[in-house]
Amino acid sequence: MEQKGNDKGWNPYVAGFLTGLLLIASVWFTGKYVGASTTFVRSTGFIEKVFEAERVGSMEYFKKEVPKIDWQFLFVIGIFIGSLIASTTSKTFRLQGVPDMWQERFGPGKAKRAIVAFIGGAVAIFGARLADGCPSGHGLSGSLQLAVSGYVSLICFFVGGIVVARILYKGGEGR
Amino acid sequence: MNELIYGLVTGIIFGFLLQKGRVIRYDKQLGALRLLDMTIVKFMFTSILVAMVGVYILKDLGIAKLSLKATVLGGNIVGGLIFGIGWALLGYCPGTQLGALGEGRWDAVWGILGMLVGAGIFAEMYSFLKRTVLQWGDFGKITIPQALGINHWIVVAAFVIIGILMFRFFEKKGL
Repeated sequence: MEQKGNDKGWNPYVAGFLTGLLLIASVWFTGKYVGASTTFVRSTGFIEKVFEAERVGSMEYFKKEVPKIDWQFLFVIGIFIGSLIASTTSKTFRLQGVPDMWQERFGPGKAKRAIVAFIGGAVAIFGARLADGCPSGHGLSGSLQLAVSGYVSLICFFVGGIVVARILYKGGEGR
Repeated sequence: MNELIYGLVTGIIFGFLLQKGRVIRYDKQLGALRLLDMTIVKFMFTSILVAMVGVYILKDLGIAKLSLKATVLGGNIVGGLIFGIGWALLGYCPGTQLGALGEGRWDAVWGILGMLVGAGIFAEMYSFLKRTVLQWGDFGKITIPQALGINHWIVVAAFVIIGILMFRFFEKKGL
């Protein structure tokens, strides 16, 4: 596979090491372990509350994950800001609606990408909530604590992903 | 209020490092799932190993507490596989897609919208899932050292060795 230059990125081991230190600092100073997928549940709860506040108030899952702005909500917003800062200051910010690899395989059509990405998002969050975590909550936080749930979930994330990626890109370039 | 600021700051640094490590792009995520480019695995496992050592030291010193998610094999396995399917279709994770948007990859918007809808569908089905899938194989909040009945440092050491061997393999194969 082509490496497309080094693209001025950091060595992934260095970036990963610094992220590890960040995760330790977060646990040390605030007792917080990172996660992301619950925020989508809370956001949906907020939106649904606009239309049917009573019903949302009575739903079991929204009682468990009450729609509110919490640490994780701001954490997820922070990811957007941090990436925006890193990309604009290194001139790697690029407006792009169809990823390169996708385009090579499925063409430049934006509608096709939009439909698949939307469905993918809906399926992914459903799975993440059923598993009780995503690659942040299970993958990072669960694994670093040696939680059995973290490793079982992480392995299943990759098994599901590898199988579908193989189907999507079967016969395409690469292997 | 402090908690929210900590969340935002942690998120900003995390997003910055994710962008610098080049791990939030569709091409990198699918590159890993197609077993062509292990950048995200290198990043993720380095941060897991570093944080694992740090957090267990903090725990042994009584400074930090673990915050485990229960191991429910039904949820972890079925949810994990479903997440993987969606992940391969979308090419972003719940947290990283905000980072993708931050570096201009606006197809992440479709994923975010999909996730809001998917979270709503999950909330509707929660009562049913709680009675079925989420009852299968509930082992509670367990860690690997607890399950094996051995000291956690033995497991940490084993993971560090496995991680280093894996990284050496990736570098040898140019992945």
